[in-house]
Amino acid sequence: MQALNLDYMVGLVPVLLGYLPLTLGMAAAGMVCALMLSCLLAVVRVSRLPVLDQAAQLFISFFRGTPLLVQLFLFYYGLPQFLSFLVSINGVTATIMGLTLHFSAYMAESIRAAITGIDRSQTEAAQSIGMTNAQTMRRIILPQATRVATPTLMNYFIDMIKSTSLAFTLGVTELMGATQKEAASSFLYFEAFLVVAVIYWIIVEALSWCQKRLEKRLNRAYQR
Amino acid sequence: MIALKGITKRFGEHTVLDGIDLSLERGEIIVVIGPSGTGKSTLLRCVNFLERPDAGQLTVGDLSVDAARATSDDILGLRRRTAFVFQNYALFAHKTALENIAERMIVVEGLSKAEAHARAREILERIGLADKADAYPAALSGGQQQRIGIGRAMAAKAEVILFDEPTSALDPEWVEEVLALMKQLAAEQQTMIVVTHEMQFAREVADQVVFMDGGRIVEQAPPSELFTHPRDERTRSFLRKVLAGNAPSDA
Repeated sequence: MQALNLDYMVGLVPVLLGYLPLTLGMAAAGMVCALMLSCLLAVVRVSRLPVLDQAAQLFISFFRGTPLLVQLFLFYYGLPQFLSFLVSINGVTATIMGLTLHFSAYMAESIRAAITGIDRSQTEAAQSIGMTNAQTMRRIILPQATRVATPTLMNYFIDMIKSTSLAFTLGVTELMGATQKEAASSFLYFEAFLVVAVIYWIIVEALSWCQKRLEKRLNRAYQR
Repeated sequence: MIALKGITKRFGEHTVLDGIDLSLERGEIIVVIGPSGTGKSTLLRCVNFLERPDAGQLTVGDLSVDAARATSDDILGLRRRTAFVFQNYALFAHKTALENIAERMIVVEGLSKAEAHARAREILERIGLADKADAYPAALSGGQQQRIGIGRAMAAKAEVILFDEPTSALDPEWVEEVLALMKQLAAEQQTMIVVTHEMQFAREVADQVVFMDGGRIVEQAPPSELFTHPRDERTRSFLRKVLAGNAPSDA
């Protein structure tokens, strides 16, 4: 058995970290867009708006029911065939789009569950002081639902960060793509992929730490 | 002035309210009593459309609404002219005591946050909870939560405050402080309709006591009359039961 080439691994770290901004940037953009879209979908579903509700259900069903990789290929390689303006779509944009649509389908269901889980008396109290439905949703229900949904949404964010590695299949040189290139030129596959695994792991651990602090903050109102 | 005329509410086949007429003048206090399940709470909830009445006419101050044809503007109008105190307090769980009271002033009246908080502090003084301004509901006792609930209703400066069994979810030790606050409001000529099982409170504070049974008003009279000379047999039998039950402490 061969020993690990530690010098190579240490030297690889700064090289790979250079691609971290792109990986985190795609995940952050995807998360922000997915949050907005999933809130919209959840509110549409909770309010049972005719037609829109069915459309939301179909959307959620499709994007939960098909693999992210298939969706990415569909956007990047498939759609430009019919929609000529998409020919110029780059891999980064396609990835952000794919992550947004895919994860918003999951997140919408978590947010919907959190909204319907808020006690009915909260809505009635808001109505009783003369708030409109929109005010009730924005000021009373959504802030409370946020607290309930946060742990699940953070899990999706973690999943999303790791899923950015699929951008490599669209030819984007992000963290994973860069590792692949480095490994192919050095032939030190194990070392290279071990380094990148640890980098992902550390990112996720750091995020878990933030999650704990965030949850503590959100639970402040509920301490006895 | 508050007037209800022919308020009717059905849940499926079951008629919960069967043509209720009730009116009260500014400053008047009506206490509604009666057996459980006779529609007392439903009646209160119909006044601000937490339940939608099937028929009837509602007048609160300058707004008159035909229940069967109420638009969402009518409903909002009724809600902005009334205030409601819930049995389970229903404080906004993510807001402090101060924010609970200030919320209506910010959202409905459009006051600045600073102004609303200043006024909410005055209300906290009046209800004796100034030191709890920054406490969240979860950290307050049942009695304190309900007093904040009443403070939130006071902030509305409503034509009428509707109290839906405000003390029945409370541990016995907290009942007195809530009743005391309600008496304080009564002394300030606050118009109110109170659904309660607290007969002593009804005796002391009510201008009129309404006895409901089976979705109808059976009898309405000043407490001195209704408690001493109830006319209807159903009223007599109800009073015998509730007064026998807590006579020693309630006398």
